[in-house]
Amino acid sequence: MGLAIAVVVALITLISTGIFLSHHWWLPHAISTIAPAIDRQFTLTFVSTGIIFVIAQLALAYAVWRFRDGGDTRRAAYSHGNTRWEVVWTTAAAILFIGLNLIGYQIWASVHFTGPEPGAMQVEVWGEQFNWYFRYPGPDNRFGPTHPEKMNDGIGNFLGLDRSHDADSKDDIVTATLAVPVNREVELVLRSKDVTHSFFVRELRLKQDLVPGLEIPIHFMATETGRYEIVCSQLCGLGHYKMRAYFEVMSQPDFDKWLETQAAAQ
Amino acid sequence: MVFFVLTTVPQSGFGNFALPIQIGAEDMAFPRLNMLSFWTTFVGMAVLLSTFFISDGPPLSGWTSYPPLSAIGKATGPGEGLGQTLWIVSIAIFCVGSLLGSLNFIATTLDLRARGLSLMRLPLTCWAWFITAVLMLLSFAVLFAAGVLLLLDRVGGTSFFIPAGLVVNDQMVNHAGGSPLLWQHLFWFFGHPEVYVAILPGMGITSHVISTFSRKPIFGYKAMVYAMCSIGFLGFMVWGHHMFVSGMSPYSAFAFSVLTMAIAVPSAIKTFNWIGTMIGGKLRLATPMLFAIGFVSLFITGGLSGIFLGQPALDLTLHDSYFVIAHFHMVMGVAAIFGMFAGTYFWFPKATGRMMNEALGKAHFWLTFVGAYGIFMPMHYLGLEGHPRRFSALTGVDFLNSPHLIHLHEFMTVSAFVTAGAQLIFLYNLVYSWLRGPKASVNPWEATTLEWTVPSPPPFDNFAGRHPVIHRYPYEFSVPGAASDYIMQDAPEETKAK
Repeated sequence: MGLAIAVVVALITLISTGIFLSHHWWLPHAISTIAPAIDRQFTLTFVSTGIIFVIAQLALAYAVWRFRDGGDTRRAAYSHGNTRWEVVWTTAAAILFIGLNLIGYQIWASVHFTGPEPGAMQVEVWGEQFNWYFRYPGPDNRFGPTHPEKMNDGIGNFLGLDRSHDADSKDDIVTATLAVPVNREVELVLRSKDVTHSFFVRELRLKQDLVPGLEIPIHFMATETGRYEIVCSQLCGLGHYKMRAYFEVMSQPDFDKWLETQAAAQ
Repeated sequence: MVFFVLTTVPQSGFGNFALPIQIGAEDMAFPRLNMLSFWTTFVGMAVLLSTFFISDGPPLSGWTSYPPLSAIGKATGPGEGLGQTLWIVSIAIFCVGSLLGSLNFIATTLDLRARGLSLMRLPLTCWAWFITAVLMLLSFAVLFAAGVLLLLDRVGGTSFFIPAGLVVNDQMVNHAGGSPLLWQHLFWFFGHPEVYVAILPGMGITSHVISTFSRKPIFGYKAMVYAMCSIGFLGFMVWGHHMFVSGMSPYSAFAFSVLTMAIAVPSAIKTFNWIGTMIGGKLRLATPMLFAIGFVSLFITGGLSGIFLGQPALDLTLHDSYFVIAHFHMVMGVAAIFGMFAGTYFWFPKATGRMMNEALGKAHFWLTFVGAYGIFMPMHYLGLEGHPRRFSALTGVDFLNSPHLIHLHEFMTVSAFVTAGAQLIFLYNLVYSWLRGPKASVNPWEATTLEWTVPSPPPFDNFAGRHPVIHRYPYEFSVPGAASDYIMQDAPEETKAK
């Protein structure tokens, strides 16, 4: 029985670690300026916890096999512990865990403590059960006010704009896809019409909740063109699983053309 | 699952039976309060289950019930009408039951200990139940208050959690001034200690079983006690790590993540000490010990994934993904349940007077252990790929609806069926052994604590009028020079000299 446990624990440990190492399932290809740092921090954490994982599981397996009761007359060692070892592994664990955290904190700071670079393109991101809307400010670079009482998906006024009275709203462009130019800093302002949603693009390594009543800014720069998906990552109701929009990173000329087409369709 | 299984079984289920006997008391301090706690919890459960029989069904907002989804009513989805209201009522009733129970545990541990049983001679199980009771007392009071506020938002026209200007399904919501994040703070102020409510009793049982079946004193008894105390204390200061991407101030993430890493330290100490106890021991691999070993393995796996999730930068991609599901199921779900199984196989002979079948017990262990890894290990891979949690279908998102990820889901589903099937073996063993199992002696595991000095099953007042006196620390195994390899806690002093 001791040997069986040792073998099974060791196999589970080595196979699951092997699958991680094979990268068959892994963080998807990254396309933002911040993503490589996050991936490095992930790898650093993976290597250090992975070593502990393998050592601890194998130590457990070894202890069960080596010290099983073989029916002999041997007695267990009489010991209440070892204070020196307690101090050693407490200190080692504290330094490792808190150290990892401090290293990773730089990344968090660069995402949240510093604003976007000057000249960043602003886009509003709106969530509702179970759709995404995106608003570009248009040539005047100003977002018009939204009027909750005018919000009406039935007639296509998703964000409650009053284009006939509010001058700033006239050239606002509301779309169902988020498109951004490549290598340009983008600031998103996240807002929700109804319940809490969460904006997540896995290739950007960027996730942030949309909280009703709050306007939450986040910023990023995409470095590769392509078509990706925005998925809702906070349970928002029955259709949560299908609350998805496309996220397209385009060259600047393609983006300008795309925005023009969208403006014409308003 | 979180409320009515993980909160009740390890604490109230085992504690109400074993705590009084282990400390030499004839019953809990307040037997009537105890019964009131049980029936209150029972009513809470009945109210919860009743939501399955109403026209629009149970709520869909999950155990965290974030407003506004849970606060507005029917408009936000099926089950968000009467079903959600009943959920809040049920949880509020549950809070009352838990508060009554926790008071009883605290009073019993502090006041009813036998002569000679100082706190530092308590079995680690008792320490775990005691600390858990303190956590329950402090955290369920907050959840109760939050539940009342949420209920008022739903039925009383208040706006604690609902801000102005909401439009649900093109309908304006007539509320203003509330904050959805307030609920998250209140909920997780309860919710994080709740995690330890689920796991601490399992840690206690695991420590107890590992020492007993290794025939060796627990490695670092005091370190184990202090580790549990610091887990309990720090547990109240880390709730914000559930909210790194929630929209709360990003500056507070620093404090919450450092404290979260700090709480990993006592958890690591416990793991080292469990393995340290086994090293040099003489391990009897009976079923309770197998589940305790399984607990340690699962706790290592689940604990280490917490080191990823405690870092806010990594939560930018991992938060609310399958990686989180893998983490907490390993560490507070399956590990806690392994603690329950270890406790069941361990105390079943004492409670019923009959032994459980070892062969069936071992089959149950193997299928459950391998099955649990089969269900939850692949979730890490899904989480890395960016698979969000709480998706009821994979058809709404292109990258999820691909064989690359579906194969993992299929593997997990098969594992889940095998694991669930293995529980039938357990149920059969439970019922069959209760009726037909071989008679259990007073101390079949050759353990040292007081419950093994009374008949199996114990008489109504546990000690039949006797007042045990404690002479030593709870885990005196393999004492050099002693006649047998264990010395009961109540054995007189001269026993050691023999």
